[in-house]
Amino acid sequence: MDITFEKVGYTYQKGTPFESRALYDIDLMIKEGSYTALVGHTGSGKSTLLQHLNALSKPTEGTVKIGDRVITSQTDNKNLKNIRKKVGIVFQFPEAQLFEETIARDIAFGPKNFGASEEEGKEIAKRMLPLVGLDESFMERSPFDLSGGQMRRVAIAGVLAMDPEVLVLDEPTAGLDPQGRKEMMEMFFGLHQQQNMTIVLVTHQMDDVANYADHMIILEKGTVVKQGEPREIFQDAEWLESKQLGVPAAVAFAGRLEKRLNRSFAKLPLTTAELAEQIAAWLPNLPKQTAQEKGGEDR
Amino acid sequence: MDKLIFGRYIPGTSWIHRLDPRAKLLATMFFIIIIFLANNWQTYLLLLLFTLLAVKLTDIKFSFFINGVKPMIWLILFTVVLQVLFTSGGETYFQWGPIMVTSQGLLNGVFIFCRFVLIIFMSTLLTLTTMPLSLTDAIEYLLRPLTKLKVPVYEIALMLSIALRFVPTLMDETEKIMNAQRARGVDFGEGNIFQQMKAIVPLLIPLFVSSFNRAEELATAMEARGYQGGEGRTKYRQLHWQTSDTIVMLTFAVLTGALIFLRN
Ligand SMILES: Nc1ncnc2c1ncn2[C@@H]1O[C@H](COP(=O)(O)OP(=O)(O)O)[C@@H](O)[C@H]1O
Ligand SMILES: [Mg+2]
Repeated sequence: MDITFEKVGYTYQKGTPFESRALYDIDLMIKEGSYTALVGHTGSGKSTLLQHLNALSKPTEGTVKIGDRVITSQTDNKNLKNIRKKVGIVFQFPEAQLFEETIARDIAFGPKNFGASEEEGKEIAKRMLPLVGLDESFMERSPFDLSGGQMRRVAIAGVLAMDPEVLVLDEPTAGLDPQGRKEMMEMFFGLHQQQNMTIVLVTHQMDDVANYADHMIILEKGTVVKQGEPREIFQDAEWLESKQLGVPAAVAFAGRLEKRLNRSFAKLPLTTAELAEQIAAWLPNLPKQTAQEKGGEDR
Repeated sequence: MDKLIFGRYIPGTSWIHRLDPRAKLLATMFFIIIIFLANNWQTYLLLLLFTLLAVKLTDIKFSFFINGVKPMIWLILFTVVLQVLFTSGGETYFQWGPIMVTSQGLLNGVFIFCRFVLIIFMSTLLTLTTMPLSLTDAIEYLLRPLTKLKVPVYEIALMLSIALRFVPTLMDETEKIMNAQRARGVDFGEGNIFQQMKAIVPLLIPLFVSSFNRAEELATAMEARGYQGGEGRTKYRQLHWQTSDTIVMLTFAVLTGALIFLRN
């Protein structure tokens, strides 16, 4: 299922003196099976954009196509449940949405709203817990007794439980410890790889973009200023720096190293793995050739 | 929330905006009292013109005042209909048991309607042109004599300003949680009354939880910054009574005089 934006604009509280334009002129496409990273400063409209992915917000201008459904400002608020089932959104700080007495019931809440029985719900909850790094002993505990990080995991499990085709994540790892962050990101990537789940990730971590995404969209002040393959976008480190967005650690390191040794990498390394690979490729030559001698060949 | 909250403050620099909140609060309360002096068309006309002049002076679109009336319209119409049907006197146009339509009844209906609308216009005017926090300051000031009677005025004022301060926060929060639950398949405002009540639970519980958490955090933060109660605290926002405020008060005195003179 593809999601396409055509000339989308969104204004909060349209028609009142408090109206504020959050999005304008947005054209983009989230292809089925892609892993899209959405980056931009706080207030650039990322969260507002996400709400259009499952018709929680309707565009005030333009059209959003979600699969075969077309959403415009005129669209009726009814019969959108099907979209909500297919596009799961993990909002920023999703732990705020927990409300049930037990963790199992909270995870099963989504599936039950989409027609699963009590039994099926329980079954799903049982399957989801290990996925987010919790075990079955949590099933009957209250979600309000958990630590912040554990609550986050339960909330994410609650969205995964709906078995969406498109998984939308709004800064899902903000505030988690480094280990938990890595586990989470690997888990999402696993879903992408194994179940071909389409993923849209909002993040400030360029390393996450480099490690996982195959498409990147940069928002600034409510509109798309650049989109394309991360590798191409990270090539222009200066442009990114000028937008105060930064580059992945590997790209920054590679840049420094290139300057220091005055030679260039054949292919820009995006991840630490790629970086290590390329440095290793250089190493046997280093003692024999000086940097200056090699420099000419690489360029 | 995409909806405009009834009576929400609209920033501006009109003459009315710049009045002292105490003057505006006193004037509004006074207006609600003297409106009961009106009992014929001359007095209502005077009040109507007075209110329209005040509305004009705010530089705020008239539709905002109309919006203030809208949520109350059924209550108003209900009261008006009761007035019309159960007032005797004057010429009788229709009678059926205790129910009748008389000229006096119709006139009373019109008056009651005017009274409601004028009161709503005036109180909307107060909240549209006065920052909620200024309003709390005014309330605190006006209640200050009650401290002598051991009424915890500072605390009441603090509670009021905290409550007002968190209204927008709570609305944001409500919207966020609603969105999160809608994304999990909840339909708010659909289905029969039981389904609708059931849909509220996933909204209310997170709101309560976060409000309690927030209250605790706020209390801790206040203590950490040395808050020890209102006694002897100085104010960041000072209230200044100016000539224009006195003019407002005098205008109201004149208005009251005129009402007493014109009423039957
Ligand atoms: N509920 C709302 N009402 C009015 N304006 C809003 C609301 N939510 C967000 N905005 C505004 O829309 C813009 C984009 O916000 P948001 O989408 O939350 O950005 P991001 O997620 O990139 O930080 C901001 O200027 C913000 O102030
Ligand atoms: Mg955001």
